Order: sequence, then C-alpha cells, then structure tokens
Amino acid sequence: MNTAFAELHIDHVSRAFGEHIALRELDLTIKGGEFVALLGPSGCGKSTALNCLAGLLPLTGGQILMDGKRVDTLPPEKRGFGMVFQNYALFPHMSVRRNVAFGLSMRKVARTERERRVDEALRLVQLTDHAAKFPAQLSGGQQQRVAIARAIVLEPRLVLMDEPLSNLDAALRLEMRSEIRRLHQTLGLTTVYVTHDQEEALALADRLVVLRDGLVQQIGSPEEVYAHPANRYVAGFMGYRNLLPVAMSTSDTVTGEGFTLSGVNRDGLTEGAAVAAFRPTDVTVADTEGENTVRAAVEIVEYHGREQAVEARLPGGEALHVRTESRLAPGDEVLFHVPRERVLVFAP
Amino acid sequence: MRLGGRRRKSSGVSTAQLPAGRTAERPEYDPVRGPSGRTPSENLDPPIPAKDFRRRPLTVGGWLVWGAVAFFLVNLVGLVASVVVNSFAVTWFDTWWPSGLTAQYYSMAWQEMALLDVLVVTLQVSAAVVVLSVLIGVPTAYALARRTFFGKRLITVLFLLPILLPPMTYGIPLATVLYKFDLAGSMTGVIIANLVPSVPFVVLTMTPFIEQIDPKIEAAARMCGANTAAVFGRVLAPLLVPGILAASILVLVRTVGMFELTFLTAGPGSQTLVVSLYEAMFSAGIRAQQAVDAMAVIYTGSMLVLLVIALRFVNPTQLVTRLKE
Amino acid sequence: MTVTAPERPSLKHRLAERGVDRTLLLLVPGVLFVVLLFAYPVLYGLQLSFQPAEGGSPFANYSTFFSDPYLADTIWTTLRLAIPAALINVLASIPIAYRLRGRFRGKRFLTTILVVPITLGTVLTAEGLKQYLSPVGWFNRILMALGMDEPMRLVPSWTAVLFSLIITGFPFAFLLTLSYLSGIDPTLEQAAATLGADWRRRFRYITLPLLAPGLAITFCLTFVLAFSVFPSAYLVGLPQGETRVMSIAAYEAAFRDGDYPMGSTIAVIMAVVMLVVIALVLAWRSRLYRGATGGKG
Ligand SMILES: Nc1ncnc2c1ncn2[C@@H]1O[C@H](COP(=O)(O)OP(=O)(O)OP(=O)(O)O)[C@@H](O)[C@H]1O
Ligand SMILES: [Mg+2]
Repeated sequence: MNTAFAELHIDHVSRAFGEHIALRELDLTIKGGEFVALLGPSGCGKSTALNCLAGLLPLTGGQILMDGKRVDTLPPEKRGFGMVFQNYALFPHMSVRRNVAFGLSMRKVARTERERRVDEALRLVQLTDHAAKFPAQLSGGQQQRVAIARAIVLEPRLVLMDEPLSNLDAALRLEMRSEIRRLHQTLGLTTVYVTHDQEEALALADRLVVLRDGLVQQIGSPEEVYAHPANRYVAGFMGYRNLLPVAMSTSDTVTGEGFTLSGVNRDGLTEGAAVAAFRPTDVTVADTEGENTVRAAVEIVEYHGREQAVEARLPGGEALHVRTESRLAPGDEVLFHVPRERVLVFAP
Repeated sequence: MRLGGRRRKSSGVSTAQLPAGRTAERPEYDPVRGPSGRTPSENLDPPIPAKDFRRRPLTVGGWLVWGAVAFFLVNLVGLVASVVVNSFAVTWFDTWWPSGLTAQYYSMAWQEMALLDVLVVTLQVSAAVVVLSVLIGVPTAYALARRTFFGKRLITVLFLLPILLPPMTYGIPLATVLYKFDLAGSMTGVIIANLVPSVPFVVLTMTPFIEQIDPKIEAAARMCGANTAAVFGRVLAPLLVPGILAASILVLVRTVGMFELTFLTAGPGSQTLVVSLYEAMFSAGIRAQQAVDAMAVIYTGSMLVLLVIALRFVNPTQLVTRLKE
Repeated sequence: MTVTAPERPSLKHRLAERGVDRTLLLLVPGVLFVVLLFAYPVLYGLQLSFQPAEGGSPFANYSTFFSDPYLADTIWTTLRLAIPAALINVLASIPIAYRLRGRFRGKRFLTTILVVPITLGTVLTAEGLKQYLSPVGWFNRILMALGMDEPMRLVPSWTAVLFSLIITGFPFAFLLTLSYLSGIDPTLEQAAATLGADWRRRFRYITLPLLAPGLAITFCLTFVLAFSVFPSAYLVGLPQGETRVMSIAAYEAAFRDGDYPMGSTIAVIMAVVMLVVIALVLAWRSRLYRGATGGKG
C-alpha cells in the first residue's frame, strides 16, 4: 500500500535550534532501493537530518519532495516511513508480537492479513520463538531485531535507522550489520542509515554522506570517499590518522619540521600552510634513507595480534601513527616510509 | 493487569533488592511499577541487605528513639481506643471501662444524622473530584513535562501555590466568589472547591512520571502511523496507568479528609463525612456523645480502608517524594 | 508549489522552536482552571479586602486588623503554635527516618504504622484528645495510678492543640524526611566510613548537609499544615484565648459576622505571613549546597 518511489529529493533542507544551525542546506537525492549512510562525528547533525526526514522535527528551511510531490508538510504518521531508533524505543507494555503488529493495526489492516505479516516479519528477524515475550525480557540484540521488525512489517517506502547498532557489543554488531544488509536486499528496501562508525558505513552503504557541523563534506560511493576524501576532515574521519601540519614547497612536495614528503595535491595549493594526510597502514619501516622517509622515535607500542600499532614522535614533536608487522620497541629510532601516492595534501 | 504485582514482589527477594549489576533476571513489564519495572523510590533505596540492619546492636540513642516512637504510638492507640470504646459504651463515667457495651449508637448515628446520605455525598464528591482532576491535570502535566516555553515558571508557580497556601486563605475568597455565583452550598460548589488543590496535586505528581517516559517511544508510535489520539490512547495511557492510579488515590484520600474547603462551601445537603462529624461535635450535647463517636469511628474506618488501598499502589516513602520541586 | 526561503523559517517553525506548538493546547484546561478558580478568587479577595464593609479608606480593614489586639495578636498566636509544631515534627523525624533508611525486612510495616495517623484527620484527633486527655480519661487515670494526686487539665488547652498538630503533622514530616534520606546515595556514607568517619561524623558532615535542603522543604510543608490549624483549635483549644489562630479570626469575620471584606483581609494577611516564613526558610536553604539530595531526580 505504500507505493515505492523512484526518487526522494531532499532539497536544501535546514534545521536550526535557536541560533545554532544543526543542519545546513542538505541537498541529496535518494533513488529507490538505495542504501544511503549519513556519517559524521557526534553532534554533526545526523539525527537532526534523519528526524527532519521522518517528520519528527519541523524544517526551518528547504523542502522534501518524493517523485515531485512535497512530503515535508505531512505529519510523520502520514509519510509511510519506518524508523529504527538508537535505543529501540519499543513499547514496554506490549509483547513482541503486539509491538510488531502495532503499525498494522494503526493502518487498520485486517486481522488475518495482520497475523500473516507479523509472522513473516518475526521469521525474517528470527524471533518467532520470542513472540510472546515483553521487551524487558529480551537481550539487546533481540530488542534490536524487534525494532527492525516493527519498522519493516509496514513495508515502508523508506526505512530510517539512527545508529541502530551503537548499543550492541562488538560481535553482535557485526552479526546485525549483515542482517540489516540482508533485509535491505531481500525486501528491496530503501534505507537511510545514520552512524558515526566509518567501518559500518563503508560496509553497508551504496552511498555515503559525510557531515560535519551540519554541513555536507562529501557525497559519494564508499570507494570514492575512502580513497579520495574531499578534505582533511573527511580524510581524518576515513582513517587518515596522520594529519601533519606542513608547508608547501612545490606543487607536490611539502616540508614539515625535520622531513619532506611528496604527495598528491588535492586542493590545488601552491604555497603556504597545508596538511599532509596518510593512513597508519600505509607507513612501512624503511631500510635506507630516500624519498618520503621520515625518522621518528618510537614511544608507545600496542599489541594487535599480527600487527603492532605504534606511536612515534617526529623531530618537530608531532605524533606519527604507524601500523606495521615489524616488531618495534619503545625507544627505537626508526626510519619510516610512505608511498607518495598515499600522501594526500589538503588545505589546512 | 495484575494489580497485586507490587505486593507479591515486595515480599521476599525481588530483583529490585539486589544491588545494581546483580539483577537476577530481567523484570517483566509491570503496569503498577511502570516502565522501568521498579517504583522510583525503590530505585533510590540503598541496597543494604537485611542482615546488616538486624545485626546492628541498639545503642542508647537507638533505645531513646524507639522508646519515644513507642510512647507516641501507645498514646495514639489510647487516643483512638478511647473513641472506639466510647462509641460502643452504654454509659462511661469516671471509670476505666464503660458499664456495658452496645452497638445501638451506631444505628442511632446512622438514622439521626442521615449517615447514608452523608456517605453517598462523600462518595459522589470524591469520585467527581478524582475524575475531573485527572482529566484536567494529566494533560497539563504532559504539556509541562514535554515542553519548555516562555512563562513556564509562572505557570508552575501558579500550580504550586494552591498546595503551599493554607486552604483557609484561598478558601474564604473562593467561598465568597461561589456565594456570589450562587454555587456555594451545592454539591457543585463543594466539588469545585476541592478541585482547587487537587488539580495542582495531580499535575505535580504526574509531571515526573511523564518525564520518565522516553519521548522516543511516542516518536516510534508516530512512525508506526499512530495519530495523536492513538499515541495517547494506545501508548501513553497504558504507561501512565500506575501514575494515574497513585495520583487518584492520593487525591481521594485528600478529598475525603479535606475539612476546611468543604466546610466553607458545603450547605445542608452537600456535607461530606468530615464536615458533618465536625458539626456533630460542635453541637455536642444535643446528641449522645457515643453517637458522635460512632460517627468518628466510621470516618476513621473508611479513611483506613482508603489508606490501606492506597498503600498497595503507592510506596509510603514515595507518597510525597514527588512534591519536591 | 510554494517554496519557503531557507533563511526565513515560517512563523509556525519559529514558534515551534520556542516550544510553542499544538501540544500547548493541552495546558488550556489546566491554566483556565487555576486562573478562574484560584487566581481569580484570590485576586477578588485581595480587592475585597480594600473595600471595607463600612466604607472608609481602602486600608481601613488593615488598620483595624493591626490596631485591634484581639485581631493582630492572632498572628503571634498562630506562629506560637505552628513554629513549635513544625520544628518538633521535623526534628523528631530526623532520627527516626535515619534509623529507617536503607532496606530491611519490616520497613514497609513500620513506615505504614507511622503513616496511619494521617487517616485520623484533624477532627477525629480532636475528638480522641478530648476523651483521652480528659480528667477522667485513660491518660490521667494512668498518671493517678502511678501516684499523681490530681488529674492534669489538658483539654482544652494550647498543649492539646499542639498535640493534635503533632499527631497529624508528624506522619507527613516523617515521610518526606524518609524519602529525602533515601535519595542520598548510600555510597557517600560508605566512602566516608572508609575514610575513617564514625557514624556521628558521617551524619554530621555527610548526611546532614545533604539532607538540609530537603529538611527546609519538609519544614515548609509541615508549617503550612500547622499554620492552617482550624478544627482542633476550636475543638480542643481555647478559641477565644490562647489558641485564637488566624483561621478562626478569618472564619468568624467572614461567616459569623458576615463581613467578607474583613475575612478576606485576614486571609490575605495570613497568606502573606505564611509566604514570608516560607521565603525566609527558602532563602536560608538557597545558601546551602544546592545539589538536591544526592543527585536524585
Ligand atoms: N532539541 C535541541 N535543542 C537544541 N539543540 C539541539 C537539539 N537537538 C540537537 N541539538 C544540537 O544540534 C546538533 C546536532 O545534533 P544531532 O542530535 O543531530 O547530532 P548527531 O549527529 O546525531 O550526534 P550523535 O552522534 O551524538 O547522536 C548538536 O550540536 C546538538 O547540540
Ligand atoms: Mg544522534
């Protein structure tokens, strides 16, 4: 009964709380069947964006169009979207079955039809055996699955998820992650997924939207965002832990205190201050001095199985983060190397 | 709904008595205890195991305190017993015990003072006050709990004042106004007067109850397609039942016991039990003292029943906690 | 299709941002109610108090009140009853509640026993006191059996009214104190114990300071109860003498003499005295540590 849509256009949507602008002109088009992840650090406006989309927060600017028709003027219950909340927000006074059936009875679906669809949804999230329990009697992962079942049983045209996995432990999180992706594919859902975990976003989404301070930083496929971050903030968020303050010397070489690096100039800088960004995993231990080598003193070594996470101190005092299989010890003076194509140079 | 749930759980070791982190099993949702499965006061009570208290030897201070409590209680029992015994006395002058016992004064009180009518009036007034104050108070409490807006402090103070001021201070002008509008002396007048402290009382007890319900649950209901009426009827109301019950019972106890406001506004046909008891005592000498006492016993008896019911729903330590600003 | 300019949110949005939306309609019945049935009568009474029945200056009622000792003295009479009663109730509650804090078997029973006097209500308490304390009542009989020569004349008296205020007020004070005490995190006391404080010092330096703001509130509420004493002052007191409290004066003026303006005047003065005392207590409280009672609520 909720007809699928071809295109949802979020047209320059803004939301302010008093003076503070939590979301600034978000402009995004979601295609039917797509899995979009909203990604960003805490407080960047992800939940705000999702709540605006759901209709739980009125917009202060812009509009939302579904196949050309405005939906931002509709109250949340009329939009036909499903939502999974961060803390699940299950109805504590209803059994699992009645929680899942709630939306169907709100839409006056006939009893037999309702039972069938609830059974189907419970089977999909593997909770058939727990249907009679109350939310307080379920584990976190089970509650999570009830919340998902409650949202998808309505076959919503759009499913919104606000950090649905953040309250789970690491193992369960991985398991539920695949579950969510599986449901998205088998049911042909369109999903907007909010998370602050870049790994989760990369694993799940067809497209990422990276936010910072309410402003979109980059929109793109996981590969694009991972390999070609648009600016230093996206880079920092995508695992470029080394963000060294440097100065431009030529268009593709930069100098820091005690080192010189060649890299890819992403912002077309020619002079002045810049930031050299690279991942800890791209750093290796070098035997001889050469291009793109830096000398640093190892300070902290963390054991991570096959690899070690090393924090070393550069001559200028900045920390250098390295992930390496070489065995290093605190106090070692080590020569490190970064390939030039892995060093991205951004405006500061 | 199992209304006895709280009682059953409070005997023996319940999960609430275990220290945090040692929860034996997840509690089932319990309509009387509310969404968290515990009453607020149980959350607050420190988890001191039973034996810690029992094994503590009583000090001199302890004996003094308990001695004083015992002295207070003994005199209280004597006080109540004086009235009860006298209500059954044939005659009682200057002796330890009356000359004989009889129940005739109860039937006398029943007939002469039209006790049945008085009880019916009391019941009607308190039922009306409970229903109306819940109907007016709960929505107000909801708005106050969920929204911050300009002038909220002023409104909160306005709702606090009728509880803080002695009933006499606003009772007299209120009665004057009711006389002006020809409402005093009627049952409507008595109900209106009793609503004045009851509505704020419901607002103050319900506000923290509503604050404790996660607004996300309401949002979730909306996302499931529930309109405002359904959110209230299907989601909020069941969650608020424990709070509404507690507030209603406290309002009931207060209304049955409210002397001043009823006294100021009641007429001949609209007196509640307390007021006609006062009238009977004030005009002592017209009637046998025993009949007045019989009436007093009936009053206390009904209050006691109410209190026992109330304590099944409301933890005594919680009765007034919520008055805290 | 209307397109709202992003810079200028609609009025509805701007109001919603300040918390003004349809939810506030739920306030309408409640606010209408307090305004019509509480604020209006109180203001009406205030205005009435400035319109003396016999005419004259607007302040005639007030000057009559303060120049007639029979009326003006009721302030002191009331305070002389209400302050001791509230103090006794609060001070007696502290040690009892302190011993009943924590969780143990039988706590519910004990608290219930201590709360039951609420059911007596002022009228029955007065009736009971009248008989129990009468020269031929059980109290005096026991005293005489123990060797007293003459029965004590306790009713009607100031003491009897005080007793009735304690019987009806103590359960409230006790309950409040107990719930404030229960709200203090027990680990604080345990922490103090590990630092070497015995129970006396734990009480003095940990519990009492945390409890003090709650005690101020308790005092206020029991004071309100005691301040409005009416039936017992009539029934077991001396309503024309030592226990002629303000409620009696107000009631007599308004309903016995039919002088509503004077009755309202006394009610206004009563409210003012009461609010002054509460304001003083709360002002003292605001100088205390304000973290409520141990982070509850
Ligand atoms: N009701 C509100 N009133 C005022 N400011 C708010 C409100 N809700 C959110 N904000 C502000 O808006 C900004 C964005 O909040 P939002 O909840 O969208 O962050 P988020 O990206 O979801 O963060 P998190 O990952 O921590 O959930 C924050 O700075 C927050 O302080
Ligand atoms: Mg969020």
